[in-house]
Amino acid sequence: MNTFKNLAISLATSIALILGMSAQAEFNLSGLSAEEQGLAIAKERKARDIGWGDSSSSVTMTLRNAQGEESIREMRMQSLEISDDGDKGLTIFDMPKDVKGTAFLNFSHIDKSDDQWLYLPALKRVKRISSRNKSGPFMGSEFAYEDLSSFEIGKYTFKFLAEEKVNGVDCYKVEQIPTDKNSGYTRQVAWLDKEHFRGQKVNFYDRKKSLLKTLTFSDYKLYLDKYWRPMQMDMINHQTKKSTELNTITLAFKTGLKDSDFNKATLKRAR
Amino acid sequence: MNKQLLIASALLSANLTHAADFELSGYVGLEWREHFEEGQFNNANNEQADRQLGLTAEPEMVWSLADGEQTIVFKPYVRIDSADDERTHGDIRELSWMTYGDDWEVTAGISKVYWGVAESQHLVDIINQTDFVEAPDGEDKLGQPMVKLSFIRDWGTVTGFVLPGFRERTFPGDEGRFRTELSMDIDNAQYQAGEEDAHVDYALRWNHTIDDYDVGFSWFNGTSRDPIFAPARTSGELVPFYAQINQLGIDLQATLDSWLWKFEAIYRTYDDSVKNDFDQLGTLTQRDFGVENYTAATGGFEYTFYGPFETNWDWGVLAEYQYDSREDGSIAIGQNDVFLGSRIAFNDAASSEVLAGISQDLDSAGTQSFVMEFATRINEGLKLNVDVFLLMSDDDENVSYQFKRDDYVQLSLNYYY
Repeated sequence: MNTFKNLAISLATSIALILGMSAQAEFNLSGLSAEEQGLAIAKERKARDIGWGDSSSSVTMTLRNAQGEESIREMRMQSLEISDDGDKGLTIFDMPKDVKGTAFLNFSHIDKSDDQWLYLPALKRVKRISSRNKSGPFMGSEFAYEDLSSFEIGKYTFKFLAEEKVNGVDCYKVEQIPTDKNSGYTRQVAWLDKEHFRGQKVNFYDRKKSLLKTLTFSDYKLYLDKYWRPMQMDMINHQTKKSTELNTITLAFKTGLKDSDFNKATLKRAR
Repeated sequence: MNKQLLIASALLSANLTHAADFELSGYVGLEWREHFEEGQFNNANNEQADRQLGLTAEPEMVWSLADGEQTIVFKPYVRIDSADDERTHGDIRELSWMTYGDDWEVTAGISKVYWGVAESQHLVDIINQTDFVEAPDGEDKLGQPMVKLSFIRDWGTVTGFVLPGFRERTFPGDEGRFRTELSMDIDNAQYQAGEEDAHVDYALRWNHTIDDYDVGFSWFNGTSRDPIFAPARTSGELVPFYAQINQLGIDLQATLDSWLWKFEAIYRTYDDSVKNDFDQLGTLTQRDFGVENYTAATGGFEYTFYGPFETNWDWGVLAEYQYDSREDGSIAIGQNDVFLGSRIAFNDAASSEVLAGISQDLDSAGTQSFVMEFATRINEGLKLNVDVFLLMSDDDENVSYQFKRDDYVQLSLNYYY
């Protein structure tokens, strides 16, 4: 019965997408359990983010400590959508200057751990690194590696909690429990707007189940008439009072990136 | 070497006439190295320095042409040392042109290449000569003229190298540290090859990733980067002798959850004529020069604890074993040695990290070394490094013995722009 319902939902979603209609008209949560509703919302969110192909962006991160002292990170990212697996990504660091030229290659996978390599330009050395460190800080920021990885259904179990307004926007409030035992979180609570299924806010709860961080998304822009991307993401750590502001400076889709742009050789020559 | 310079400068000037993206970056550094003990080889004529102050600079100029499909890099390096004339030196680390297609890549000019996976010693890495005056760990390399062609295929990446021109290893002067008891006559290096430093070397490498395994096979044919130290007939000095070798290498890393398993091995062969010559010289001087076909290997693991003790740290524990089939501590440092180390990445805004380790010679209880490297960012452009290197040996036959009083603490400040 559940299978049938899920099938019906995904079928409805697919038809809506094919017709190019606003899927909201077709989106119906009635008669489902809270878990089924959570999963249906997550699937809809994922379905609306398929087919973007590839993207190229430049990003800055502003790290602030409790005293308000700032530290700047600059990087460029290239991403490639892989249809039956996780995405491929290449990140090149420009700031701070002492890590300029350092590059990071990531093959994310849905059913096994990611493959990751780091290029150290001073030594000209490519190092395969463990991808086990999901919960560690990315570049000393308040973003953990897992906060920046692509959204995949298999990474969580879901539960619909309520309908709530965030910053005046009608949202679905969904609990997401990470399935990976290496996650730094016991649970996340995410608010997705009902119109476009875009993340508006996420609360992260640490291994002791206390509130650790809050992420808010703002300044959404529409790409290829279909894909919404936040130009600003603010992560606040409630326990340390540190925060990180992540700004997308430039972003372009369908830039012609291919599978052959993501390997150890391209990692070494990335500039 | 001059020919490569000419080609590269022709490319540079050709490029400059066109509009191209140009980028300048790099660093300038101040370094203070303090030795605790007086030099072992002080005599009436010269004294080994107790304190060395250094000024370093490594600018990097990058021209990007044709929408990044071609790149020209120029990276000179210079060091001025307050005490050691030989350590005051400059080098062209890179002056090369690179272009690529979907599944191939070409580099021509002076460049640097790294092979291998191990941390405690780098056996497989052979393309570039060691810039030994920089640091005793051998991690600094001299620029090597090369033409390098890679093919990137589903079954792995194959890279062929033509290496025209050889770089001699740099050695500290008499007033410096990490020198040998006998002075090094670096101006009269000897070669097996008649072409001397103009001999053209060749190398081939295949590397591939198969799931959790990264594997590489390599072959090198040409002038050995490791000199053999032969006593000069009259001067009483040591003369570096560069033999022709064939070397096969393998490097393998398994990345399994929090474990990194690492293995490197080489098999090196010499020509019979050279082996015979050094056999005879060895009989005369009652020394073993280690000129025989041999195998050397390094293997071990690195295990990382993520976020231990409720911190954000990555705490790694490393252990590696070093083997050399010549089994003689007077020839090779890592002939039967164990390295145990630990590194912590603090994952803070200053990217602070520390690595500490100890090497123990299992054939000589009184021979061990300790290394500590700490790095942190002081502000956006300024990086502080603290390095400690201690070496103990009570075995005057061991290679390490001549450096036993060269322990140091070093502070360096690098400004990046």
